[in-house]
Amino acid sequence: MKRYVRSRARVVASLAQPLLYLLAMGYGLGPIFQRAGMGSYVQFIAPGLIAMTILFTSVFSGIELIFDRQFGFLKETFVAPVPRHWIILGRILGGATIAFLQGLLFFSVCLIAGFRWHDIGALPVAFLFMILIGIVFSAVGSAIGSALSDAQGFQFIIGFLIMPVFFLSGAMFPLDNLPKALTILTRLDPLSYGVDGLRDALNGVVHFGCATDFVVLSVVAVLLLALSSYLFSKIQL
Amino acid sequence: MMIRAQNLTKIFGTVAAVRDISFEIKEGEIVAFLGPNGAGKTTTIKMLTTLLKPTSGKMELDGLDPASQPNEVRKRFGIVFQDPSLDDELTALENMDIHGALYQVPRPVRAGRIEKLLKLFELWDRRREPAKRFSGGMRRRLEIARSLLHTPRILFLDEPTLGLDPQTRNQLWLQVKRLNEEERVTVFLTTHYMEEAERVAHRVFIIDGGRIVAQGSPQELKQQTGSETLEQAFLALTGSTIREEEASSADRMRQMAKAWRR
Repeated sequence: MKRYVRSRARVVASLAQPLLYLLAMGYGLGPIFQRAGMGSYVQFIAPGLIAMTILFTSVFSGIELIFDRQFGFLKETFVAPVPRHWIILGRILGGATIAFLQGLLFFSVCLIAGFRWHDIGALPVAFLFMILIGIVFSAVGSAIGSALSDAQGFQFIIGFLIMPVFFLSGAMFPLDNLPKALTILTRLDPLSYGVDGLRDALNGVVHFGCATDFVVLSVVAVLLLALSSYLFSKIQL
Repeated sequence: MMIRAQNLTKIFGTVAAVRDISFEIKEGEIVAFLGPNGAGKTTTIKMLTTLLKPTSGKMELDGLDPASQPNEVRKRFGIVFQDPSLDDELTALENMDIHGALYQVPRPVRAGRIEKLLKLFELWDRRREPAKRFSGGMRRRLEIARSLLHTPRILFLDEPTLGLDPQTRNQLWLQVKRLNEEERVTVFLTTHYMEEAERVAHRVFIIDGGRIVAQGSPQELKQQTGSETLEQAFLALTGSTIREEEASSADRMRQMAKAWRR
């Protein structure tokens, strides 16, 4: 946690990609989107890109685990009188917190770029979804970080995983009237529910329904927490 | 008895790293495990400190079983690992503080003890610097200071002086001896430097090929083998062939076994 704030380069870098999307897509595809009668594209993708920021930051928090293992600090936590599942839970919540703050930061960037929320009262709901997305994907990152011991392998797998998760989440396009196969895939993607919940809170537009989003994300979060806690307990030094 | 091991065995795949060893260590003793590379010293420490479960055999630390009561046992010992275990991005103070939090040292007590230990190990002036800027000797001192923060009854030192200059080594052992005398901390150490073991240890175990081949005070071992120095006694007991290759193939096996279990 403390370490993250200290490496400013990373804070900036993890904002750069969604920012690029916001500018390029937001303004580039904007006119087409508007012509199709869907309103402002910036307005549409901002929640998706906030989710993207959180996704990237939280998944990559898992790499810390690998570094801590390589540099030996993990051993120090393993001989401490704290059960392992608490250690991993702490790490995941730490990762989620950082991802959430990063999401907030990008949220303010969106506001500067012209994004407007539809109802200020729904902001806490938006924050709740941001935190849930952070927990789900920190748990994914930690699970992978526990199962692997080298950083290259981690980056490879994450690269493989993160883009489909992002593109299938409906962050860039509405989930209505998609081909059947795509519909199924988008439903399997936990991020879809996160983006949907965010969009509901920020834009007042919803696809699955806010309650469904919340329940699905929470269940997925619990399952992934259990999985990463199991994998973490299997680490041998 | 502070530490007791009975027929302790650890097998990695087909390699027996520790074979059927038994020993007892009394409270307030300083005991050194000496042995060539790959003899099973670190594996023994890992089992005693709850990082590995033994394949068979029994052990006790302060009357508790590390295999079944790991968290109770963990409160009772401090450890300095063979390889570094500091968080390099954090300052000396932050490294100490995290340790205090992990071991639930109450905050008011924690600050006082951290100050005392950092002063004792001459790190207080540089407490706000990140560990990555420290020299090898300073890191080691910080690790020892950290391992003492929760007032452990037993201190495990796994080759603590590896790669340190003579001045630092000398100072480190003075501090360990003082801790042992003033606070009755039991010390379990491994080292390759015979003269260090001779200087600080009350008792020495010589371990080779996963077995204890000799034990006694440094004087006793020298008498047993008719040697003038502990180094000669050590060579007389373990032979003078180099173990590097054997050890690295054992290490390789261990790595493979690890990879397969995944």
